[in-house]
Amino acid sequence: MSTYTIEGATGPWEVVIGLEVHAQIVSNAKLFSGAATAFGAEPNTQVSLVDAAMPGMLPVLNEECVRQAVRTGMAIKAQINKWSRFDRKNYFYADLPQGYQISQLYHPIVGEGAIEIEADGVTKTVGVERIHIEQDAGKLMHDQHPTSSYVDLNRSGVALMEIVSRPDMSSPAEAGAYLRKLRAILRYVGSCDGNMEEGSMRADVNVSVRKKGAPFGTRTETKNVNSVRFVMAAIEGEARRQIDVIEEGGTIVQETRLYDPNRNETRSMRSKEDAHDYRYFPDPDLLPLELSDEFLAECAASLPELPDAKIARYREVLGVSAGNTEVVTADVANTRWFEALLREAAAKQGKSEADVAKAASNWLVSDLFGGLNRVGKSIEESPISVAQGAELLALIADGTLSGSLSKQVFEIMLETGDDPAKIVEEKGLKQTSDTGAIEAVIAEVMAANEDKVADYRGGKDKLFGFFVGQTMKAMGGKANPGVVNDLLKKALG
Amino acid sequence: MTATNLTDLGIAGIRDGFRAGTFSAREVADAFNAAVAGADALNAFIVKTPDHAIAAADAADKARADGADLGALAGVPLGIKDLFCTEGYQTTAASGMLGGFVPTYESTVTAKLFGAGAGMLGKLNLDQFAMGSSNETSAFGNVISPWRRNDSGNAPLAPGGSSGGSSAAVAARIAPGATGTDTGGSIRQPAAFTGISGIKPTYGRCSRWGTVAFASSLDQAGAMAHDVRDCAIMLEAMSGFDAKDSTSVELSVPNWEAALSADLKGKKVGIPKEYRVDGMPADIEALWQQGIAWMKDAGAEIVEVSLPHTKYALPTYYIIAPAEASSNLARYDGVRYGLRDLPDGANLQDMYAATRAAGFGAEVKRRIMIGTYVLSAGFYDAYYTKAQKVRALIARDFAQAWEKCDVLLTPTAPSAAFALGEKSADPLAMYLNDVFTVPSSLAGLPAMSVPGGLDPQGLPLGLQIIGKPFDEQGVLNASLAIEQRAGFAARPGKWW
Repeated sequence: MSTYTIEGATGPWEVVIGLEVHAQIVSNAKLFSGAATAFGAEPNTQVSLVDAAMPGMLPVLNEECVRQAVRTGMAIKAQINKWSRFDRKNYFYADLPQGYQISQLYHPIVGEGAIEIEADGVTKTVGVERIHIEQDAGKLMHDQHPTSSYVDLNRSGVALMEIVSRPDMSSPAEAGAYLRKLRAILRYVGSCDGNMEEGSMRADVNVSVRKKGAPFGTRTETKNVNSVRFVMAAIEGEARRQIDVIEEGGTIVQETRLYDPNRNETRSMRSKEDAHDYRYFPDPDLLPLELSDEFLAECAASLPELPDAKIARYREVLGVSAGNTEVVTADVANTRWFEALLREAAAKQGKSEADVAKAASNWLVSDLFGGLNRVGKSIEESPISVAQGAELLALIADGTLSGSLSKQVFEIMLETGDDPAKIVEEKGLKQTSDTGAIEAVIAEVMAANEDKVADYRGGKDKLFGFFVGQTMKAMGGKANPGVVNDLLKKALG
Repeated sequence: MTATNLTDLGIAGIRDGFRAGTFSAREVADAFNAAVAGADALNAFIVKTPDHAIAAADAADKARADGADLGALAGVPLGIKDLFCTEGYQTTAASGMLGGFVPTYESTVTAKLFGAGAGMLGKLNLDQFAMGSSNETSAFGNVISPWRRNDSGNAPLAPGGSSGGSSAAVAARIAPGATGTDTGGSIRQPAAFTGISGIKPTYGRCSRWGTVAFASSLDQAGAMAHDVRDCAIMLEAMSGFDAKDSTSVELSVPNWEAALSADLKGKKVGIPKEYRVDGMPADIEALWQQGIAWMKDAGAEIVEVSLPHTKYALPTYYIIAPAEASSNLARYDGVRYGLRDLPDGANLQDMYAATRAAGFGAEVKRRIMIGTYVLSAGFYDAYYTKAQKVRALIARDFAQAWEKCDVLLTPTAPSAAFALGEKSADPLAMYLNDVFTVPSSLAGLPAMSVPGGLDPQGLPLGLQIIGKPFDEQGVLNASLAIEQRAGFAARPGKWW
């Protein structure tokens, strides 16, 4: 249980949070028409007769969108409803050409599921009440003309999954963890690209506050928040606002609010009083959706290994540290890179993947991710290929490169994209285990520091590190540290 | 042949004469175009398209000359109800809302008809958005039935609705056949009123794609023509699976014309006792009895069946159809096409209100209001949910009847054609006109009206055959048996 509370004038308050996430389904065509769905197209270039609601046009369900929703449901171990139905939600708005949105109110395609999250150091399960499929609306553009608004119907009819959580979260951190986990699952499954900046994933945030043990308070819904950070900020701000209202003797009005990231506050959009009577009823243009066992089996077979299973395998089978596992599994692109690296590294070194996993994950997380961060690139844009990474790991493993040498080589790789072997060759960065050369340098170091040799021999053991450092420095960092240690111990007696 | 003789021909007659080389398709098109041009007094057409009819005729003549394959309707010009979107030709649904709207696409039904070689004489008038039983709700004025009572009163009569332009055109012999659409009886009732044949197939037989929607779960296109054979030919050409309509049924279309047979030996004809409604005119009852006798004569066995939920059909229909209509007509908002009324200083809501106030007629508004009401949150269960349950019971009644019989025989409408204006002030009286046609619409069944005789005022009366799902053949055959025995040859005298 989270112990998160917000301190008010009357003492601590608990926060109750539920999220409705709208996730754009990855598909080439819209939910009920063959029109394209690419992001960033010129306005009204991806609009079919159906999307524009021309007279006599009828929706035809895109099976790929159904498949993606079912796979997503399976990924959160939810009940898949073999019988579901599309309803019309009627309301007037200029960006809604049909005058209704086709959605699934009464019989969603996916029922109860759950997502496990870790937040505030605690593991917790957040219930998912349902996932239903619906179509997106178009958008109004108010900035194109001084007195008119324009309508862009490119998004009209684009397929969305609405993923509705139970009000099981009780802190902004939990909400953030839920969103990140959900996004990771969607990306693993490939059913949504999770790109909140482009609007392909957005959240409606339901927040209420209460005293410990009290029944649920009145909630507000903050619409269309489009980043994890903003969701967390919106919860904190809205909870604080509600507490202030209540403590000042006011009451919370059930209403729809907007989050303004610039001012970091929510504000009222419309209240329940002027809420629409949406007038739902089953869409008579579409037959109920019935899923066959074969279809469900295909969906199940197409699922990849999912985050929780991956985390367990990385830790238990591959022996990757908990911290590294968390970083690598946070995003499907990371795991793809990591698993490719494991395969190549194991092949190159003639070892099992488990034998190379620890070193590979350490290098990936601290060196590569750190380096990419510095140069502002994503893993997909990495100038270092999987093969080059595996080659570098092999050079470290076979003693060609020391830890410090490998970091030098890595920096050059990051900058030039060159192969590590080529860099080692050209820059002469090979580690040496030549005992004769090292012994000669040790002799020079001891001669230059006779007083410290005496101190060491007199019992100041800590000076050993000084001699290692001096020797490595004189060797230009290329000496094999193990050999240096052995020879120094011998020479210092 | 003279032009007058040509316009006397029906679909089969034109098809066969054209194929035999008795006349050219161009001669047929010219004759009907002239007939259409001379019939303005009927107000059956909203838009005339002689160019389309001539182009199709010339193509048919060329194909015949070249020895190429001829489509099933090669050389046959048709009237098209203005509810079907026709590429490049104004499609209004008889509304002000869609005034001047010219689709860039062709409805599946008209594409199939034209693909079979048919040409288009024009777009036929109808009740606005297909809502009405008398053709008095069109924004383009009433259609006048070509029939007149024999009382010398010359009162203009209703041609039935909503396919009133279609029924009037076929009855007046200015089109050999016409498309209709039937939501609660809109093919059968006007066919009965004007002494022609009309069939509504099983829901799902004809694609709804490109047809302006009224009530999606009920709307079904069908054929209106002189006789049963012509209806079979035309329906065959219109029907078939369409991937663009999710409710279209993936079944091959039988060769209905080839299997026509008026021999009903071994068939059982059901007479639903609940269709004997209070106050039914004696001549309707007499016609029904006559129909029963004809069925027996054709070799059928008569059985009484019960459809106990019949009395709930009309209220159920007048909840479900307006509910769907209120939603289907929401797209007419003035934003993208059709009428836009933008008063000075109006905001978006004002524009919607002004546009819809100006663009919809009174009956359409009434149904939108009813539909909006029955779907609203507080009343949804009381009306819409309950209506859906009753609809299922009505369908079950029919399913149980099919355990006892093959087709049902009923009157088509509770009266002959009434005079224009006679019922338009009383919507409930008007709605009662659909009492015999609505139950089979709710159940999605194929049903047909054929003329059975004349009432004492000399006006046609129709008999209705209702069949099992996808048994259009059974419906056509039973109808043919009536047609052959009725020997209905009455025609309206030409006064226009």
